[in-house]
Amino acid sequence: MARITLNTLLPGEHGIIERVDSAASSIKQRLLEMGLTKGTDIEIIRFAPMGDPIEISVRGYRLSLRRVEAESVIVLKHSS
Amino acid sequence: MIKSLNTETRLRHIAIIGNPNSGKTTLFNALTGLRQKVGNYPGVTVEKKEGRIVFDDGSEAVLLDLPGTYSLTANSPDEKVATDILLGRVDYTPLPELVVCVVDASNLERNLYLISQIIDNHLPVVIALNMFDVAKREGLIIDVQKLSAELGVKIIPTVGSKSVGIEELKAAIARHVEPSRKSRQWILPEPVQRECDELKGMLQTMHHLAEPLAFHEAIVLLTSTAALSEHNDRYAPELIDHVKKDRLQLEKLGIDRNSIVVESRYEWIKRVCTSSVVSQRQNTNTTSDKIDRVLTHKIWGFVIFIGLMAVMFQAIFSWANVPMLMIGDAINWMDSQIMQAMPAGDLRDLLVNGAIAGVGAVVTFLPQILFLFLFIGFLEDTGYMARAAFIMDRIMSKVGLHGKSFIPLLSSFACAIPGIMATRTIENRKDRLVTMLVAPLVSCSARLPVYALMIAAFIPPKRVLGIFSLPGLTLVSMYLLGLIAALVMAWFFKKTLLRSETPVFIMELPPYKMPSLKSVFLHMWERSALFLKRAGTIILGVSIVLWFLATYPKTENVSASVSLDRSFAGRAGHFIEPAIKPLGFDWKVGIGLIGSILQREVFVSTLGTIYNIKDSKQESGIMSLQEHLHKDTDPATGLPTFTALTAICLMVYYVLAMQCMSTVAVMRRETNGWKWPIFQVCYMTALAYVGTFIVYRVGILLAV
Repeated sequence: MARITLNTLLPGEHGIIERVDSAASSIKQRLLEMGLTKGTDIEIIRFAPMGDPIEISVRGYRLSLRRVEAESVIVLKHSS
Repeated sequence: MIKSLNTETRLRHIAIIGNPNSGKTTLFNALTGLRQKVGNYPGVTVEKKEGRIVFDDGSEAVLLDLPGTYSLTANSPDEKVATDILLGRVDYTPLPELVVCVVDASNLERNLYLISQIIDNHLPVVIALNMFDVAKREGLIIDVQKLSAELGVKIIPTVGSKSVGIEELKAAIARHVEPSRKSRQWILPEPVQRECDELKGMLQTMHHLAEPLAFHEAIVLLTSTAALSEHNDRYAPELIDHVKKDRLQLEKLGIDRNSIVVESRYEWIKRVCTSSVVSQRQNTNTTSDKIDRVLTHKIWGFVIFIGLMAVMFQAIFSWANVPMLMIGDAINWMDSQIMQAMPAGDLRDLLVNGAIAGVGAVVTFLPQILFLFLFIGFLEDTGYMARAAFIMDRIMSKVGLHGKSFIPLLSSFACAIPGIMATRTIENRKDRLVTMLVAPLVSCSARLPVYALMIAAFIPPKRVLGIFSLPGLTLVSMYLLGLIAALVMAWFFKKTLLRSETPVFIMELPPYKMPSLKSVFLHMWERSALFLKRAGTIILGVSIVLWFLATYPKTENVSASVSLDRSFAGRAGHFIEPAIKPLGFDWKVGIGLIGSILQREVFVSTLGTIYNIKDSKQESGIMSLQEHLHKDTDPATGLPTFTALTAICLMVYYVLAMQCMSTVAVMRRETNGWKWPIFQVCYMTALAYVGTFIVYRVGILLAV
C-alpha cells in the first residue's frame, strides 16, 4: 500500500483516507464534513471531459472536487 | 397570498432543514401547497421562504424553509442563516418549536451528520426519511424503527415527489414533540471531552448561554478551522485566552483538533447505520452511472451540453418572441384604446408614453424569464445542473469563477435579467456578485435592434475571404466583444475589488431523478412574480420620469422632433455633447443615449423621433431612418454626422454600457441595496466611454 494524494489515483482505483491536509482551513472543514474522514474508502469514478474536476464515490454518494483540492487528501491506495 | 405572517406570534413556528438535494423543497411544497411567501432575511441577501401548514383539525402553523446546508459549522451566508436560527441567535426569527429534518434515505451517512448536530441542540425533531423509494429500488433497506430508536427521534418515511407519507408527516408535526430523550452518543476522546466540558462551563457562567448552545460553541471554539480572532467580539478576552491554551494543549497531545469532532460524529453514524441498515446497496452501477457515462463523456458530454444550451438559448431567443410580440400587440391595442377614449392632453400622454410604456417594458421580458426558469428548473430538478458545472468548471476556473457561473452568463445572451436571477445557484457571495456584475456585458437581445440599424445603414455588404459577409462578421464581433469583456472584467474583479481565491469546487453530484412538474412550475412562477413585483415598481417610476424629461417643458405647435429637442432630455443631449464629442457622437446621439437609459431598443425609436419619422417601428420606417442617417450632415463642417466609424463606435458603446433600467432594478433586488447597481452602472459607463474612445481614435488613425 502506498501513501499518495487523491489526485494521483485513476478512475476505478480505490483508496482509504489517511488525512486531509489542506492549507486552506475552510476547505479542510468542508471535505471532512462531506465525509472524507480517516479510514473512509473512496473510489475515483471519472474525470471531467477536460480532465478536471474529478468525480469520486464516498460513503455511497458522488462528490466532485478539483485536482487542487484532491491534492490535500492523503490516501492509502489499495486494490479492489 | 398570506398577510403578515410574522405578526401572528401565536402560531407555532416550525422549521424545515436538510442537506442540499435531499428533496427538502419538494416536501416543503407538499406540506404548504401554495400558501408561501418569499422575502429576505434582514441584512443578508439570503432568501427567506415561509409557508403555512394547515392541519386536519383546521389549526395552522408557520413553516420556515431554512437554506439547505451540510452542517451547522458552515461558512456560507446561507448556511450561517440556518445555523443562527436553529441556535436561537437571531432576533428576527423566533427559535423554532419543532425542526423537520429531511434526510435522503439513499445517502444516509452523510445526511445524518447534520442530524447529529441538530439533535445536540436539544430541539424537538421529526425526521422525514425522504426518497425512500429510491433507496429501496437500489436494494438499500432501512429498519426505520431501529433507526428511530438509535436516534431517539420520530421518523416518517416519505417520497416527496409522489406525495407519499405527507399526511403521516403532517400528523407527526401536529403532535407535540419532545426533544430526543437520548443524551449525546458520539464520544470525544478523553482530553478533548475534558477541555470541552470546562469551556462549556465557562460559557454558561460567563456568557449565560443555555447548555446546548454552550456545548455547540465550546466545540466550535476548540476545533474550528477559523481563526480565533473571529470570535473576539462575541466572547470575553479571558475566555479567548483559555481557548488558546486549550488548542495548544490538544496540539501537544498530537490530536488533530480540526478533524476530531467530525471523525467522532461519523464514527457514531457508521455504528448507527450498521445496526439499522438491513441490506446494503445491491449494485453500485446505478442508472445514474449509466446516464453519466454519456452525459459526462469526453465527447458526447460536450455535444449534449452544447445541444441543451442551444435549445435553451433558442427558447429564450426566438420562442419567447411569439408571446413577446403578442404582449407588444396587446400594449399597442391598449394604447389605441386610450387614444380613442381620452381627449389629447398631458394625462393621456402620461398614461400612454409613461405608464403603459413602463409597464410594457417590464411585461415584455416575462416570456423570456418564464422560459429560462422553466429550463433552469428542469436542469436543477433532474440533477443535470451539477453536471453542467462539472463539465464547464475547467473553463470558468480560468477567470477565477465557479462552473456554476456559466449558465447565468449564457442566459445573458438573451437577457441579463434572467441571467442575474440565475446566479442564485452560486453559493459563494463574492462569486455570485462578480457573475452578476459582468452578466450585462454579454450582448442581450435588446441590443440587436441597435446593432441591426447601424450595420444595415453603414456596414457595406462586402464579402470577406469569400465566405463571410462583412455585416455578419461585424455582428459576431459585437457578441464576441461583449463575452470577452465579461470574462476579462470577471477576472479583474476577482483580482481586485472582490478579491478571493478561485471558489472551492466541492460539489455533490446527486443521482438523476424525474423532475417534479409541480416544483418546476412553482419555482418558475415564484421567480417571475418576484421579478414583476420588485423590478416592476422601479421601472414604472423611472419610465414616468423619463417621459416627463422628454415631454417638458412643452413647446406648442411644433413638430415632435423640435419638441423633443427643446425638452429637458433634448437639452441634456446638447449638454452632454462636449462629453461625447471625443467618441464621435453629436447631440442627436446624446438624446438617443439619454432616452435609452430605460432600455436599449428605445434608441432606435428616439432617433426616429429626432428625424421626424412616423413609424420608426415598422420596416419602412427603419429604411427611411437609415436614409436620414446617411444624409445628415454637421451644419458647421458639412461633413456627415454618421460614418461607418461612428456606427461602430455606437455599437461598441452599446456593447459595454448598462443602458437598461430593468437590469439595475433586478440588481437592486438581488443584492438588497443600491450600492452594487450604482457601482455597476458607473463601471460599465466608464468602460463603454474608454472603450469607445479607443475605438474612435484608432479608427481615425487607420482612417476607416
